[in-house]
Amino acid sequence: MGIDRRSFIKIAGLSALGVAAKSATDLIAGVDRPNEAVRTGKRLAMVIDLRKCKADDGCTDCIDACHSVHNVPDFRTPAGDVDKKVEVKWIWQDHFEHAFHEHEHEFLKEKIRHKSVLLLCNHCDNPPCVKVCPTQATWKREEDGIVMMDWHRCIGCRYCITACPYGSRSFNWSDPREVLKQTDPSFPTRSKGVVEKCTFCEERITRGQIPACVEVCKEGALVYGDLRDSDSTIRNLLRSNYSIRRKSGLGTQPEIYYIV
Amino acid sequence: MIEKALSGSKGYWIWIFILLGVIATGSLFWLRQFNEGLVITGLSRDVSWGFYIAQFTFMVGVAASAVMVVLPYYLHNYKAFAKITILGEFLAIPAVIMCMTFIFVDMGQPFRIVNVFLHPSPNSMMFWDTVALSGYLMLNVLISRVTLDSERKSIPPPKWIKPFIIISIPWAVSIHTVTAFLYAGLSARPFWMTAVLAPRFLASAFSSGPALLILLVLLLKRVTKFDAGKEPVQKLAVIAAYAMSLNVFLIGMELFTVFYSNIPEHMTHFQYLFSGEGNLVPWMWTSVILAILTLSLIIPPATRRNEKILAVACVTLILSIWIDKGMGMIVAGFVPNPFGAIIDYAPTIPELMISLMVYALGALILTIMYKVALSVRESIA
Repeated sequence: MGIDRRSFIKIAGLSALGVAAKSATDLIAGVDRPNEAVRTGKRLAMVIDLRKCKADDGCTDCIDACHSVHNVPDFRTPAGDVDKKVEVKWIWQDHFEHAFHEHEHEFLKEKIRHKSVLLLCNHCDNPPCVKVCPTQATWKREEDGIVMMDWHRCIGCRYCITACPYGSRSFNWSDPREVLKQTDPSFPTRSKGVVEKCTFCEERITRGQIPACVEVCKEGALVYGDLRDSDSTIRNLLRSNYSIRRKSGLGTQPEIYYIV
Repeated sequence: MIEKALSGSKGYWIWIFILLGVIATGSLFWLRQFNEGLVITGLSRDVSWGFYIAQFTFMVGVAASAVMVVLPYYLHNYKAFAKITILGEFLAIPAVIMCMTFIFVDMGQPFRIVNVFLHPSPNSMMFWDTVALSGYLMLNVLISRVTLDSERKSIPPPKWIKPFIIISIPWAVSIHTVTAFLYAGLSARPFWMTAVLAPRFLASAFSSGPALLILLVLLLKRVTKFDAGKEPVQKLAVIAAYAMSLNVFLIGMELFTVFYSNIPEHMTHFQYLFSGEGNLVPWMWTSVILAILTLSLIIPPATRRNEKILAVACVTLILSIWIDKGMGMIVAGFVPNPFGAIIDYAPTIPELMISLMVYALGALILTIMYKVALSVRESIA
């Protein structure tokens, strides 16, 4: 018994050491190193031109389009209002003073302060949500920088929600399928207990389409493209206009740019 | 050895059945949560961790505190702890199991938790916390099992166990350090972004753990024939007094940095905790008053040496830390949210019942293990 236990412990100890050594090298090699594949490949990003966006006039075309093609559940309170507590949102609006609350000041132009700003996942170049995920259920795609989600692997620990500085991630506090009025069969629905967010319409990009929100915007306020292509519309826009990003000081390198 | 848990007094069995009843009731609430989702808790998209994670954090501290008896006894050969070391080690085991259960009940998809092992992610602190906690559990099971077995046979523990005991000392420190790292490295949560978080966790652990052990030793003296004597209790009290003073000092360090620097995103969380309309305001002030009361009872030797007053001080100490490092610590990380909005949180009845279930489970395991340990002692004597 003593010998058995001893040899068991030896094996267990050695394998634990092996795992630790591998993990340590991964940790040193893998994290925070500039990603070579992405450098040579595409870097998809979006510019939101707040001067053109008609959100203040009540336009919600992009939100409606996105939430309908992605089967985003619409949780309501018994009174019929949006249930803010458990709301799931991929793209939504909030006032400038909240979205950019570090830019807010007492004498800010009233029109800017209360301006509705479109918000979505920033598809950060250095995404904190990816770093904290204990199961790699969320990851940054090598070829174009999209921050992806695997809804079948997610354990629902909500560490990514805690790590995201932008409030871009939603959790399914109850079964989303029960509140879907219509289901788009070409896109998966989610189960309760998993996190979801915007995936930059990767399913449409694969089919050669542009993101649904960009496609549906009549004002051309949403522009999407490859930052590595210096002749792209998005690069031209960024070259010729002053743009800001949310909480750029945190080093997450958000890839949604705003022209105010 | 486990058969010793199957024979006990009437009081023992009443206690066991009360605990089983609480576990059964809590399980029904958990089944409801499993069916309906975490929507039955008070959690929301803004405060996505709450009561469960708060209890987890507090219990990691209790687990780590076993080192406060193991270190003096094994490294410094401090003989007065001979009788209570096994109690400390045995306390760590249900504490770790409770930590794991609190994580389990917090999961949206609890049965996918194996994914943490199937897809190990060394960049995630949650992965390292899992490694640290499971390793610590295995170490404590092994060490307490082997040392108790030797005690039963009245022989000294085998030499090969010593390295494991030595490893368990820094390992205990590591579990609470890694638990602090879960929170302290997130740029999204300025409230937790402080290098003093891990030291604070350790100081609060090394005061609340020994305080709990004192209460358990005093309780055992009343309900069983076990008497550890005065010296180990007094030594634990001194340890708790030093660690609690250090804990309060470190909180002071935090307050200075936050308020002298005057950075709004760091200050707003403290303002939410201590002023305004938030649910936690009365709790946090209670924690402050209890901390002051604890220090004024546990530092002066005259009151500390009185076991009745000491017991009161241990209760106030544990409550103070339970509030501060549990709900205060976790919830204020989320409020105000990244948009600057104050969205409050309060646990629901189901959430509290499920938590009570986990506490009852821990108490059940602890009772059984203490019963075995004390029966072994009695059979030798």
